[in-house]
Amino acid sequence: MTQIVRQSSRVTNRVIVTVVALATVLSAAGCDLRQRMYDQEKYEAHEATTFFKDGLTSRAPIEGTVARGGLRLDTHLYEGKVSGELATTLPPSIEFNRALLERGQQRYNIYCTPCHDRTGSGNGIVVQRGLKQPPSLHQDRLRNAAIGYYFDVITNGFGSMFSYASRIPVNDRWAVAAYIRALQFSQEAAYDELPAEDQRQLQ
Amino acid sequence: MAQVFHRSSNWLARFSIIAVIGVTGLLFSILLNINRIDYVSEVGVAIDQPVPFSHKHHVEAIGIDCRYCHTSVEESAFAGIPPVETCMTCHSLIWTEAPNLEPIRTAWRDEKPLQWNRVHDLPDFVYFRHNIHIAKGIGCTSCHGAINEMPLVWVENALNMEWCLDCHRNPEKHIRPRERVFDVHWTPPADQEAQGLQLVEEYDVRVSQLTDCSVCHL
Repeated sequence: MTQIVRQSSRVTNRVIVTVVALATVLSAAGCDLRQRMYDQEKYEAHEATTFFKDGLTSRAPIEGTVARGGLRLDTHLYEGKVSGELATTLPPSIEFNRALLERGQQRYNIYCTPCHDRTGSGNGIVVQRGLKQPPSLHQDRLRNAAIGYYFDVITNGFGSMFSYASRIPVNDRWAVAAYIRALQFSQEAAYDELPAEDQRQLQ
Repeated sequence: MAQVFHRSSNWLARFSIIAVIGVTGLLFSILLNINRIDYVSEVGVAIDQPVPFSHKHHVEAIGIDCRYCHTSVEESAFAGIPPVETCMTCHSLIWTEAPNLEPIRTAWRDEKPLQWNRVHDLPDFVYFRHNIHIAKGIGCTSCHGAINEMPLVWVENALNMEWCLDCHRNPEKHIRPRERVFDVHWTPPADQEAQGLQLVEEYDVRVSQLTDCSVCHL
């Protein structure tokens, strides 16, 4: 009897060992599968790679190539120039309306105010922290500049100002240019030209 | 024949049955819940970065809009990590000698990308999109917490599925007016639920579809 018990306990032991081993293997395999679902063999935006020499998964178009629909022959729209001269009007594809100015105001406040401040006088927070002051948008030279000038400066930068072409899309650049015009008008507005509500506020 | 086990072994047998069930249950519930523990999901742990960029400084003290750097957040799934060009827009002119910023200057000089450490990493089978959340009035701080108070960014919400669903089931608890989406100082008004329900209606948030599997798991 004693022997039988020992035998059966050996069997039990073996069963336990097998079950534990199986469970370990299965859960390890499960964890591995889970991990492989979490980190699939694909790249997320901006993820690094060793596949390309420069380590970038976000590839730039090959130089000299144009993506379908990406041809930019319209110099008025894309460069702010008409037959080599800075454009004095908005491109025909940009409709001038209140929505354009409001969009321009929003984008101006995001991208331009750190230096140019909300009124365009060039005393933004970064200037207060030590950056060289940009010219006021209300000086005569800039008030008389063609609207294409603003598009050109946003696109290509000017002096120590960097290009904002990669941050502000083309249509938004025109909206900002249009809003700068509105800002310039606002700083020059005569009291009599203001709507009654604004006049009341000033009193 | 002699008894192998003493009569008192009976309680041991009964106890071990209960113990096995109990221990298995405990292990199972630990496995199920371990990701809910903030310590495990590293909530509140500031992530080290090659440059100690401070949102607290740039957002709270300087007041730069989120979109100045995260330019694609309104248009695409990915908010966009700014290229060093964005840093250099100011830092080629200000704090040009700061030792902290040396990796930025090196990257700019050598035209090599700077490798930031990822803070929020969703599983690859979750297809989160920033743009739709912004378009429907979910603000940055609703998920990211008070980013304007973080010197180095940490995970404020573990982003587990239960947490996502909590809002997908009741978006009125978190939705805010579109013009306040990027306002890091927005706090829910006293009548958030009532206003939220109105915004859910106005922004055409289809709550009944928000818990469909395919909304997040394409």
